[in-house]
Amino acid sequence: MAIPHHGAMPSPQGLYHPRHERDGCGIGFIVNIKGEKSHGIVKNGLQILENMAHRGAQGCDPCTGDGAGLLIQIPHEFFRRAAAEGGAKLPGAGQYGVGMVFLPADPAQRRHTELMIEAVVHEEGQQLLGWRDVPVKESSLGELARASMPFIRQFFVARNILSEAQFERKLYVIRKRIEHAVRESAIEQRDAVHVCSLSCNTVVYKGLLLPNQMAPFYQDLADEAVVSALAMVHSRFSTNTFPAWSLAHPYRYICHNGEINTLKGNLNWMRARQGRMHSELFDRDLDKLYPIIHEQQSDSACLDNAVEFLVMGGRSLPHAMMMLIPEAWVGNPHMDLDRRAFYEYHAAMMEPWDGPAAVCFTDGKTIGGTLDRNGLRPCRFMVTYDGVAVLASEAGVLPVKPEDVRLKGRLQPGKMFLVDTVQGRIIDDEEIKHDITRRKPYRQWLLTHRISLDELPEPLNVPQPGHAALRQQQQAFGYTIEEFKMILTPMVVTGEEAVGSMGTDTPLAVLSERPQLLFKYFKQLFAQVTNPPIDPIREQLVMSLVTNIGPKPNLLGETPESCRRIKVQQPILTNAELEKIREITDEHFRSKTLRMLFRVADGADGLGSAVDELCRQASQAIKDGYSFLILSDRGVNADWAPIPSLLGVSAVHQHLIRECSRTEVGLIVETGEAREAHHFACLIGYGAGTVNPYLAFRTLIDMERDGYLPEGIDAATAQQKYIKAVNKALLKIFSKMGISTVQSYCGAQIFEAIGLNHDLIDRYFTGTASRIGGLGLRELGEETLRRHQAAYQPTAVRLLDYGGEYHYRVQGEQHNWSPDVIYRLQHATRTKNYATYKEFSRLVNDESRHRANLRGLLELRTGAPIPIDEVEPASEIVKRFKTGAMSFGAISKEAHETLAIAMNRIGGRSNTGEGGEDPERFIPLPNGDSKNSAIKQVASARFGVTIHYLVNAKELQIKMAQGSKPGEGGQLPGGKVDETIARLRYSTPGVGLISPPPHHDIYSIEDLAQLIFDLKNANPGADISVKLVSEVGVGTVAAGVAKAHADKILISGDSGGTGASPLSSIKFAGLPWELGLAETQQTLVLNNLRGRVRIETDGQLKTGRDVVLAALLGAEEFGFATAPLIVEGCIMMRKCHLNTCPVGIATHDPALRAKFSGQPEHVINYFFFVAEEARELMAQLGFRRFDDMVGRSDKIKPQRALDHWKAKGLDFSALLHRPAAPAGTAIRCVERQRHDIDQVLDRRLIEQARAAIETGRPVRLESPIRNTDRTVGAMLSGEIAKRRGAAGLPADTITVAFTGTAGQSFGAFLAGGVTFVLEGESNDYLGKGLSGGRIVVYPHRGSKFIPEETILIGNTSLYGATGGECYVYGAAGERFAVRNSGVKAVIEGVGDHGCEYMTGGVVVVLGRTGRNFAAGMSGGVAFVYNEDGQFPKRCNLGMVELEPVIDDEDVALLQDLITRHATYAGSRKAAAILQQWQTARPTFVKVMPIEYKRALAERAQRARLVPSAG
Amino acid sequence: MADPKGFLKYKRQEPKKRPVAERVRDWKEFYEPIAEETLKSQGARCMDCGVPFCQSHTGCPVQNMIPDWNDMVHRGRWQDALKMLHATNNFPEFTGRLCPAPCETACVLGIIDDPVSIRVIEWNIIDRGFDAGWVAPVVPARRTGKRVAVIGSGPAGLAAAQQLCRVGHGVTVFEQDDRIGGLLRYGIPDFKMEKHVIDRRLEQMRAEGVEFKTGVRVGTDLAAQDLRRQFDAVCLAIGAMQPRELSVPGRELDGVHLAMDYLTQQNRLVAGDAVRPGERPITAKGKHVIIIGGGDTGSDCLGTAHRQGAAQIHQFEILPEPPKRRAESTPWPLWPMQLRTSHAHEEGCDRQWSLSTTKLTGSNGRVEQLHAVRVELETGPDGRARFAPQPGTDIQMKADLVILAMGFAGPVRAGLLADLGVALDQRGNVAVNEDHMTNIDGVFAAGDAKRGASLIVWAIREGRDAARAIDQFLQAGKRTAPQP
Repeated sequence: MAIPHHGAMPSPQGLYHPRHERDGCGIGFIVNIKGEKSHGIVKNGLQILENMAHRGAQGCDPCTGDGAGLLIQIPHEFFRRAAAEGGAKLPGAGQYGVGMVFLPADPAQRRHTELMIEAVVHEEGQQLLGWRDVPVKESSLGELARASMPFIRQFFVARNILSEAQFERKLYVIRKRIEHAVRESAIEQRDAVHVCSLSCNTVVYKGLLLPNQMAPFYQDLADEAVVSALAMVHSRFSTNTFPAWSLAHPYRYICHNGEINTLKGNLNWMRARQGRMHSELFDRDLDKLYPIIHEQQSDSACLDNAVEFLVMGGRSLPHAMMMLIPEAWVGNPHMDLDRRAFYEYHAAMMEPWDGPAAVCFTDGKTIGGTLDRNGLRPCRFMVTYDGVAVLASEAGVLPVKPEDVRLKGRLQPGKMFLVDTVQGRIIDDEEIKHDITRRKPYRQWLLTHRISLDELPEPLNVPQPGHAALRQQQQAFGYTIEEFKMILTPMVVTGEEAVGSMGTDTPLAVLSERPQLLFKYFKQLFAQVTNPPIDPIREQLVMSLVTNIGPKPNLLGETPESCRRIKVQQPILTNAELEKIREITDEHFRSKTLRMLFRVADGADGLGSAVDELCRQASQAIKDGYSFLILSDRGVNADWAPIPSLLGVSAVHQHLIRECSRTEVGLIVETGEAREAHHFACLIGYGAGTVNPYLAFRTLIDMERDGYLPEGIDAATAQQKYIKAVNKALLKIFSKMGISTVQSYCGAQIFEAIGLNHDLIDRYFTGTASRIGGLGLRELGEETLRRHQAAYQPTAVRLLDYGGEYHYRVQGEQHNWSPDVIYRLQHATRTKNYATYKEFSRLVNDESRHRANLRGLLELRTGAPIPIDEVEPASEIVKRFKTGAMSFGAISKEAHETLAIAMNRIGGRSNTGEGGEDPERFIPLPNGDSKNSAIKQVASARFGVTIHYLVNAKELQIKMAQGSKPGEGGQLPGGKVDETIARLRYSTPGVGLISPPPHHDIYSIEDLAQLIFDLKNANPGADISVKLVSEVGVGTVAAGVAKAHADKILISGDSGGTGASPLSSIKFAGLPWELGLAETQQTLVLNNLRGRVRIETDGQLKTGRDVVLAALLGAEEFGFATAPLIVEGCIMMRKCHLNTCPVGIATHDPALRAKFSGQPEHVINYFFFVAEEARELMAQLGFRRFDDMVGRSDKIKPQRALDHWKAKGLDFSALLHRPAAPAGTAIRCVERQRHDIDQVLDRRLIEQARAAIETGRPVRLESPIRNTDRTVGAMLSGEIAKRRGAAGLPADTITVAFTGTAGQSFGAFLAGGVTFVLEGESNDYLGKGLSGGRIVVYPHRGSKFIPEETILIGNTSLYGATGGECYVYGAAGERFAVRNSGVKAVIEGVGDHGCEYMTGGVVVVLGRTGRNFAAGMSGGVAFVYNEDGQFPKRCNLGMVELEPVIDDEDVALLQDLITRHATYAGSRKAAAILQQWQTARPTFVKVMPIEYKRALAERAQRARLVPSAG
Repeated sequence: MADPKGFLKYKRQEPKKRPVAERVRDWKEFYEPIAEETLKSQGARCMDCGVPFCQSHTGCPVQNMIPDWNDMVHRGRWQDALKMLHATNNFPEFTGRLCPAPCETACVLGIIDDPVSIRVIEWNIIDRGFDAGWVAPVVPARRTGKRVAVIGSGPAGLAAAQQLCRVGHGVTVFEQDDRIGGLLRYGIPDFKMEKHVIDRRLEQMRAEGVEFKTGVRVGTDLAAQDLRRQFDAVCLAIGAMQPRELSVPGRELDGVHLAMDYLTQQNRLVAGDAVRPGERPITAKGKHVIIIGGGDTGSDCLGTAHRQGAAQIHQFEILPEPPKRRAESTPWPLWPMQLRTSHAHEEGCDRQWSLSTTKLTGSNGRVEQLHAVRVELETGPDGRARFAPQPGTDIQMKADLVILAMGFAGPVRAGLLADLGVALDQRGNVAVNEDHMTNIDGVFAAGDAKRGASLIVWAIREGRDAARAIDQFLQAGKRTAPQP
C-alpha cells in the first residue's frame, strides 16, 4: 500500500476523484446540564465513543481507523500548567484562546508554518503566548495512521479585545487567514496542515484513530485536570482508506452523521452571496474570510464552515441550525404561524443544506443535536437524575443504572435537543423555536415585503399561440413524433410521466449520429448506500416545490426587506404567469428579457460568441438595476437559432457566480426546448428559478385542435395535467438524490455529464463531472444548426422526425437490439448453431460502425496468442455467469424457472429478483434439476424475505439500486398480483404492491454494514453481494461497501432493466457499466481493498467480447438479463408493464404463458457460445486462465472515433487508467472477507439450544445484552430454518430472557418457536424480517420513567417482517412495522411513518402515533387508541380509511392482542384498557386499507360462491 | 396504441374475395370491399412492438411506419395514416394490391397467431385517400433548374421521378411503350390491379410537374449521347425484361409463348386496344394450357387463362413442393419457404412439382404435347445444386398452349446499356456504387435493372434511394432543397 502524501487524499486520477468521498458514522455527546466541569465527563465521552466503534470503520490496515475525535471545553487549570511547562504564561480563564493544529511532520516545513501562524496572529493585533507539543503515544496507532501522522501542537493567543464574543470572532478571522495563507503557500506538506480548533471556549482532539485509540494516543485526556462540562464525540466510517487526519470530526462547531446532497449548490450560492454580504460585526474583516467555504473539503467540514459563519455573523447556534437544516414546514399545516413565518422568511435567504443528517453542535456553552426534516439518522437521548444528558446515535452507549434514568427519548425529524449549561437546563424543541421565531416580526415582514405570484395582477398581454410555423418550431427544437405519443400524451392523460420497459439500448448522445438535445448529455445522479432516496409520494410531507424567486438578500442582515422576493408554488410558469412577472412595474422587481438566440449565418461558431454576449448582457442588466432576467429563446426563425437553453442558463448562472452578482437577480427561462421532466430538472439544477415551456404548451393546444387529446381533455386541462406530471416527476428526480425541496435543488448540479469536453464543462458547467471528454461548443452549435436546417429548409411535406428513441424504427435512432440481432440470437441458440451465433456477435460487436456504446470504441490489444486448447474450458467460464434479477412477478413462472434450471445445470447462478421464491423450488427435482435460484435478492420491499428464504441461498444480494430506475421504488399493479405472487410476497391477491425507494434499514454506509452483518449471521455460508448502479462516485461507494464486508459488489449499468420504469429514469439516470466498473476497480486498487471482494458487472452484456472487455476492466463475474430473455423468446415488445407479453415471458395471463417457448437448453447454448467466444479472444490475448485477465486494462486500446462528428473528442485514458500501486497489490479478489461472526452471542445461544433445535424439547435461556451485541437471533434462526424449514419449531420451544440494551437488529429474522424477552431497551431494526418468532420488550424493572411515553426500541422495527408476534411496553421510533406483511404487534406509541407500506399483519398502538401513519399501507390492519382524538390528522389517508371497531371479529382480535400484551409485556396501560373495555373500545380506530378491504370482500364472496357451485 | 389487448380480442380478417364463378367472368379486381369497422379492429391487432419486425430488414423494404399507421387506422384517423404512409411509400396503391407482404411474414404476432393484415390496411388507407380527395399534387416551392431523365416508367422509375420532381428538379420520364407504367401496366392483369389505379397517380405526378414521354426508345429514338447532353443526370430504371428461356426441342412450335407476351396482349385488350398489327392473338379459350413456372407470373397467367376460358390448366414447377407451413430452414421473421396458394389457384389448377420439361411436340407446327420428367434436387460434383432427372418418371401431357413463366434474367443489354457503355455486375445487372451511380458519371440505376427481377416494393425503395443519390449529386453539397 502506498502511503500517499501527508495525511491527505490522493489527487484525482483515472476515474477516481476525491470529491466523491463519503462518510457515515456514530455521533454523540455527554453534558453536565448545570455546567459543572469534571474529568468524568471527558472519560464518559470517550466511553461513548468506544461503544460506537462498530459504527465507524477500519481500513485495509485493521489497526487504522477512519477517524475519531472529541471536543471539550477548555480545561483552564490544565492548560495553565501545561503551557507553563513550555514557558508560556497564560492569563486567566477565558482570557486566551487555544489553537489545536496539525503541522507538517518535516521540521523545516513545520517551522515555516508556525511562522506563518505567528505572523497572522500578530497582524490581527493579538499576541501569541507560546506553543506546546501535544504529547502523543505513536505506538498506539495503526501503521497507516502512524505513517501519515502530522506533528500536533497547540498555541495560545492572548485576548486583547474587550468582549469575549469579539475575541472569538477575531480568532475565527485568524484561523481563516491561516488557512488561506497555508493553502496559498509553497509549503510542500501544506495539505497536512489543519487547524482543528482555535477558540477561547473549546478545544478539539481528533485524528486518524479507532475510537479505543483516543485515550492512549492523546495523553492529555488521561490527565485528571482535563475537565469539561461537555464532551462531543464522533466515530467515522469513511468510504476510503486513505489516511486523512484532518477529516476526523468534530469540527469546530459540529460533528455530523449524514450527507449533504445539495453541497454543490450550497457552495455555489455561498460563493455567489459574497457580493451582497456586509456586517457591522466584521466590518472590514469580512473580506479576509472569503471564501467562506473552501471547496476542497468534506461536506461536513463545509457545513461546519457555514454554521460557524452564521454564528460569528451574530446568530445564535440554534438559529443557524434552523436556517441550514430547517424542518419540513411547507407541507405541515399544524405548524404554528410564527414558526412557519420564520422558516419562510429565512427561505428567501438560505437554501436548505439538504440530506440525511444527525448533527451535534456546540459553542462550548450550549450543546445540542438536530435531525434533518426526514429523520433519516438515528439519534437517542437520555437524561439522568443527577443532571447528565447523553445524546448519541445509539441507545446504551453509556451504561447507566436503570433507576438513575429520568428521561429517555429520541430526536424526531426536524427537531432539536438543546442543553444550555449557562442556564443549567434542557430547552426543548418547542421552547427553543418559540423564542427564536419570535425574535423578530417575521410574519409582519413577510406580509409587507414578500409577494406571491398569485397576488400579482393578471397580465395585460399574454402571447397568443398560433399554429402557423409550429412544425418548424418543433423541428428546430428537436421534437419528434414519438414524443407526442410516448411522452406528452401519457403526461396529459394521466398527469404522470410515461412508463416503459426493457431498459434502453440506444447510443449515448455523444455516440449518436443524430443531433441530440444538450439535456441528453446529462445524467441524473442518485443516492445509493451513503444516503437514502426519499419516497416523494408516500412521504410527500417533507417535499416541497415552493420557491422564492428574485434577488437574494444579505445573509448577515436581518431586515424587513430581506424577504422581498416573489413566492411561486411550483417552478413551471404558464405563459400568463410569466407575463405577470414581465409586466411588474415595482422598481424592486423589474425584469429584463435577454434573447437566447444566435445568428444562423454565423454558423456553428456563432454559438460561443452569442453565449458570451448573453453573459455580458446579464451583467449589464444587473448594473442597470434589474431584478429578474428572463432568458428567452422565443423568436426562432429562419435567421435565428436557439442557444441550447441549458447552456444559456448555466453559462449565465456560472458567470454571475464568478462575478459574485448571482444573488442580485432571479433567473427565469422561457424556452421552447424543455418538455420532459428531465429537461426541467437540468434547467433548475443549473440555476433556473422557474421555467416557462411555451412550445410545449403550444403543442398541447395544437394537439387539441387536431383531436389528439383524449375525450374530455381540452388544452387547458392538458396544460394543468402536464404541469402536474412535470411537478411530480421533478419531486421524484429530487428525491432519488435524497433532496426534498426545489429550493435546494436549484443550482445543485446533481448531474454527471457524459460526452462533453472539459473546456465546455469548466467554463459553463463548472464542477460537473465529465470523465471521458467529448464534444465542445462548436459541435453543440452544429447540432442546433442541423435541427434548425431541417426545420427551415423548404419542403413540401413537413413531417417531424420520428425519433425512435423508445421504440425501434428503421428511420429512427440506432438500437443495440435491432431486429437482425434479435432473430439471429434466437435462431443460433434454438438450433445450437455456433455459426449463426457468430453472425449475431459480429453484428453486436461491429460497433465501430454502430457506436451504440462505449465498448464499441475499445479494442483488444492482441498479440502473443496461444493455442486455444490451452485456454481454460468454457464449462469453467460459464460458472462466472449470472442471470439478472428479474422477479417472479415481473416475468412468468415458466420464464423464471427455465433460467434457474439452466443456470443450475451449468453451475452459474440465477437470481430470484425481489419477489421472493416459492419454497417448493428449494427442493431439487427428481431428474436432478433444480429450480432454486442460487442468488436470493434482498430488496427494499423485502417481499418474501424469510429466514427460510435466506438459508436456501448461495448468494444474498442486497439491491441498492436498479439500472433502469436507480433511486426509485417500484409498483406492481394489483392486476398482476395473482394468488401465487401474493402468497410468495405475503400479500393479498389483487392488491397492488409498492417497493419503497430506500431500504429503510440502509440510510448510510454503517447501516449497510449492519445489513450485511445481519444476512451473514442468518446464512453464514452465503456470499453477500451488494448491487450498485454505475454513476460518478460509485467506486468510492464500492470502497465503502468493501469495508462494510460485502463479499461481492455488482456494478450494474444503466441500460438494463425489465418491468415498468418511468421512461425518463430509463433514459437519464445512471451510466454505462464500463465507467462504473473501471472507477470501482481503480478506487479499490488505490485503497488496497480489491483483494477482498469479487466484482461483478451487468447491463446489456451480450457477447464473449463484452465479457472479455469487462474482465479486463476489472470484473470477475458477469450478469446477463436481456440476452437470456431474448433466447427464451423475448422480442423486445417493451410491454412488460401491460401484462400482454405475446411470448409468455413478462405476463401472468395463462393464455399468453402457454405461448412461452423457451427451454433451458437454449439458454445453456447461449452461455456456452459466449464462453467459447471469450475463449477465442483469450487465446488471442494470450491468457490461459480467466483470473489472469481480470483488471488488465492495459490490454485495451482506445480507438479514436475520428470519422464521427461528435465522438471524435472522446478520451478514454481515464477509463483505462491503472493506479500506480506497489507490487503485490491485488487487482482481483484473492482473499475472503473477515466477517467477525465467530464470537457473536448467537454462537452461545445455538450451543445451549442445540438439543431443542434437534428434538423440539423446550429450553429457557438467560443472557445479559449490550448495544454491541448486534443481530442477536439471526444465526440461531438460520440453524432452525435449515433443519426445520419454513415452519420453524413449535411455539415457545426456545425462550431467551435478555437484560440490558440490545444492539441493532435484535431478533432479526427470528424463526418460529423462538421467544425473545428483553428487559431493558433496544436500538434500531428490532425484529427485522421477523419470521415467526415472538419478541417481547419491557423496561428494566428498576426504571422510573413512564414506559408509555418513553422510547424503548429504535427506528424501523419489524421492517419486512413476515410472521410472528411482537409486544413492546414502551414506544418506538420512526417507521414502526414498515413493510410488515404478517406480524401481529402491540406497542404503546410510535414515531412518524408508522405502518408504512404495510401489506399484512396487525398492529395495535395503545398511544400516540407520529405523522404520516399508514402511508402506502395496502394490506393488514392497524388499531390505534385515539385518546386525544387527533389521530386522523396524523394518518396519511391516501390509501386507507378509518373505521370504528365494531365488527365482532375485530373486537375479539383486538381484545385478544391487548390481553397478550398485558400478559407478555406487563403493560399497565393494556391492563387498564381491558379493565374498562366497554368504554375504551370506542376510542379505538381501525385503519383499513381500501384496496385490501375490497380484495377481502371479493375473496369472501368467492368463498361463498364456491360451495354452492360445487 | 389504443388497445394493448387488441390482438387477443380479434382474429385476422382479410376482405372477402368475389366468388370464383363470378370473378372469372370479368377482369375486375377479385377482392370485395372491407368494412371500416373490420379495418379498425384489424389495426387494433397491431401490438405496437418495441421492435417492429415488420419494419426491419426482413420486413418492409420501403420501411413503412406500419405500427404508426395501424394505430391511426384503429382510431379512424385515415388522413393521418395516409400522411405517414406517403412519407415512406410513393405508391401504396400498388403495393397494397400487389405486394407479397414480407412485413406480414415478419410480423411479431405471427409467432403466436396470424399476423396483422398489414397489406390490406395499407391498401385501404390509400384508396380511401384517393376517394376522399386527400391525394393532392405536391408541388415544389422552388425549382432547382436541374434536369433529370428517368428511363423506364415502372415503379422504380416512377418513384425516382416523383421524388426528384418534388425537390424541384425537372424530370422527364421516357417510356418505350405506348403507355406509362411498365410492368405495372402490362405485366399485371387487371383482376389484380385495375389500370385506372395507375392513371390517377400519373395525374398527380403530371400536376406536380413530371414530364412523360411515351413511345421513345432511348438509344434508338434518342441517342444515348444526346440524352447525356440534355440532362444533368440519368436514371436507368429499365427493368429486368430479359426472359429466362426454355431450351428444349419444340420451343419454336406455335402455341408456345413467353408469359410477358401473353399477359401484355391481354392487358392491352382489357384496356380497349386491339391486337396489334403483326401480332397473333394468344388465347387460352377452350385450350389445354400448361404454364411452366410456379411463381407469381405463372399465377398471373393462370388467372388470365381462367378468364379467357381455358378447358384445363396445369402449372409445372421444377422445384420440389414446399411445405404447407413455414419451413424450418426459414424461421420467423425470415421470408418463409412454404406453399403459397394464390387466388388464381383457388380458381382451379393442377399444380405439379419437381417436373422438368424435356421437350415439346406437335404437328403442323403447333404444339400438342409436353414431355417432362421428375427431377430431384441434389448436389453436383461442383458443389452446386442441380436437378437430377429420375429415370422412369417421364410423363407427357396434352398441351395446346404452353406459357413460359420461368422468370427473368436481368435487363436487356443490347441497345441503351450497350450504347451508354454501362458496366454490368456478375449477374448481368447494371453495376452501381453505393450511391446508385453506374460507371458513367451522372448515370444512375435503380430497380430491377440494378438488382434483378424483384418485388414492386423493392422497385419503389430503389427509386427513392436513387433519387436521393441523384439529388445529392446534383446539389453537390450546396443544399437548397430538401432531400427526397
